Amino acid sequence: MSQTIPQQPIEYNMKVVRQFTVMTIIWGIVGMALGVLIAAQLVWPELNFNTPWLTYSRLRPLHTNAVIFAFGTSALFATSYYVVQKTCRTRLFSDKLAAFTFWGWQAVILSAVITLPLGITSTKEYAELEWPIDILIAVTWIAYAIVFFGTLAIRKTSHIYVANWFYGGFIVVIAMLHIVNSMAVPVSFMKSYSMYSGAVDAMIQWWYGHNAVGFLLTAGFLGMMYYFVPKQAERPVYSYRLSVVHFWALISLYIWAGPHHLHYTALPDWTQSLGMVMSVILFVPSWGGMINGIMTLSGAWHKLRTDPILRFLIVSLSFYGMSTFEGPMMAIKSVNALSHYTDWTVGHVHSGALGWVAMITIGSMYYLVPRLFNQKQLHSIKLVNVHFWLHTIGVVFYIVSMWISGVMQGLMWRATNADGTLTYSFVESVQASYPFWAGRFVGGVFIVVGMLIMAYNCYQTIQAGRRETAAGNVVQTA
Amino acid sequence: MSSFWSAWIIVLTLATLVALIWLLRWNMKNYTHIEEGQEMDHEFDGIVEINNPLPKWWTYLFWACFAWGFLYLALYPGLGNFQGLLGWKSSNQDVQSLEESRQAMEEAQEQGLIVEYDRAVRDAEEKYGPIFEAFAEQSIPELAKNEDALDVGQRLFLQNCAQCHGSNAMGGPGFPNLTDDDWLYGGEPHDIKTSLLQGRQGNMPAFGEQFTDQQITELANYVASLSGRNVDPKLAEAGKQNYAVCAACHGQDGKGNQQLGAPNLTDNVWLYGGSINKIEETLHYGRNGVMPAWKDILGEDKIHVVSAYIYSLSND
Repeated sequence: MSQTIPQQPIEYNMKVVRQFTVMTIIWGIVGMALGVLIAAQLVWPELNFNTPWLTYSRLRPLHTNAVIFAFGTSALFATSYYVVQKTCRTRLFSDKLAAFTFWGWQAVILSAVITLPLGITSTKEYAELEWPIDILIAVTWIAYAIVFFGTLAIRKTSHIYVANWFYGGFIVVIAMLHIVNSMAVPVSFMKSYSMYSGAVDAMIQWWYGHNAVGFLLTAGFLGMMYYFVPKQAERPVYSYRLSVVHFWALISLYIWAGPHHLHYTALPDWTQSLGMVMSVILFVPSWGGMINGIMTLSGAWHKLRTDPILRFLIVSLSFYGMSTFEGPMMAIKSVNALSHYTDWTVGHVHSGALGWVAMITIGSMYYLVPRLFNQKQLHSIKLVNVHFWLHTIGVVFYIVSMWISGVMQGLMWRATNADGTLTYSFVESVQASYPFWAGRFVGGVFIVVGMLIMAYNCYQTIQAGRRETAAGNVVQTA
Repeated sequence: MSSFWSAWIIVLTLATLVALIWLLRWNMKNYTHIEEGQEMDHEFDGIVEINNPLPKWWTYLFWACFAWGFLYLALYPGLGNFQGLLGWKSSNQDVQSLEESRQAMEEAQEQGLIVEYDRAVRDAEEKYGPIFEAFAEQSIPELAKNEDALDVGQRLFLQNCAQCHGSNAMGGPGFPNLTDDDWLYGGEPHDIKTSLLQGRQGNMPAFGEQFTDQQITELANYVASLSGRNVDPKLAEAGKQNYAVCAACHGQDGKGNQQLGAPNLTDNVWLYGGSINKIEETLHYGRNGVMPAWKDILGEDKIHVVSAYIYSLSND
């Protein structure tokens, strides 16, 4: 397939990759289980147990932080460290700094787990953590950048592989977004006020918020896609030039898209229109990534029948294509007038988070675990298949419930009578949403059960690997 | 926005779009030295890339989106201070008062601008105004017997008033029950309408500085005794000594004063809670009740209908 280059064995730093891989699975279960709990609280409010730190309002930010920054970002650390070493054919630039990023990042997550239920929050969505934790994030992130770009600098290959462009872009932009958006005036150890005010504060927040999605949850995971899809499919990447166009177009357009979170608000008209125009054009480069991933499978489609890991990866791309069509559409003002503030947004986010981010991560983790822990293959491919179906059914259940309730809410809120008064009061739309919230809860349960099966499967694989290592055997993997 | 920032936005926007067009055109040609459909000459951990051309349909999609983007930015505001060829805006953004808003509305109409908010307001006034004008010709007690009017009034109530007074209008701590016969500012049609139009400010001063805790406890017991409750007679007797201060608003007999919105203390209806503890709290810290003015929000005609609905709740 390709010219083989004679390779002397390289001592890669796999310890930090292993650590982040295990934490990805653990945080995945925690974050998603929290999601199921708060979904249940919407249907059965008694589950707040009249306890402040168990209320929806405090657990919801913990859920989002856990899935984005604990689960998703641990997966990005694990895979970026793996991919950058493998594709640059060199060990990480600094083992010590890499270890620092692991422990630093876990400390960040642990602080979130403690402070958010206590109600300590900056109140900025997806940036709720207070200023001392923000500083720790910034320091850890800069260390991450040094390790990653340092490794690129000492690479043994002539070119930089496309996966690393995406990882690199995501690392740089997240540093910029986090530092700018978290600028605040501390008033005490655990309380601060944003440096910005009014519409500017809102704009900075959603410039951050949307690009956390665009760079962390999209660009970063495209990096993952560009390595694990061709590896698992054992096929060449479909188009080099497509990757060039869609990379540069994606990163230069995403950064403009934030204002679509603030349509019909105090934001000036020009900002809203500009955000909308860029969001709509963004649809095309977004699909570039999907095309390049799915077309990489040409000539190997039959593998989908037998390989559930590949199925995770490819179905994740379908969800990616679906959400990146849905997103630009929802960014159009007149569509947004219906969808904004409804469950449709929640469904959209989850088709991205559970369909794209979680599935590409799960597929990549299934690829990595045996290779990292001295095994030829996973403990059970059958269980991967079970996980695949549980997850897929769960996601579909979730997003279909949210589509129906979202569109229903939007229509109910705008329905008027012949006299111009609104047909429904808000609480009637809440009442009408209950069956769909129950549907979402059921979908969530499917997903968490799948994750538990994954944890079991990976645990057995790791244990088997340990036995081999103890016996002094080195199992060769592809 | 200063012309510098306007130019900054325009240049940055257009430069981004033009650069992307260049990027697309550049990659539509094969600039590599590898033939199309062949593998590129670099390999990464066994991964190679093919030099396939961009999918045609995808490039068409890109062109279509660019064309639409330029068209949109030409028609609508987006490029800094440039207002767009349609003269469209969502609303008159810098107005500070209703007066300024009306003025801006007129000016925009004279200049032939399309202001979406103004248009929605005008359309609504044209379409629904006559319905409410017709209702306004009837008196509130008359309307309170008109099923159609009550339906409309209830819907307006649910949208605008239920947040504080509850969907059943029975209120809650700090928010009066509107279904009983106990009125802070009077329950006659005119009183209700005035409350809605102009709002009300209820002010119970704090006595925590003037009285000791013991005196406050005594007073609370006396106040509770006014509605015939069982209290410690000694404390109540002692509290009576200081009641003169309260009588200024609540009256010597404790029956309150609707001119001031001072509650009747003898009826066992308690806006902020009737336990001794709650009464002590009220005496100690005072209370501030605010009913917002709705005149500028709903307009007089709609308020007329809502007043009839509220009137009907206690006058079946």
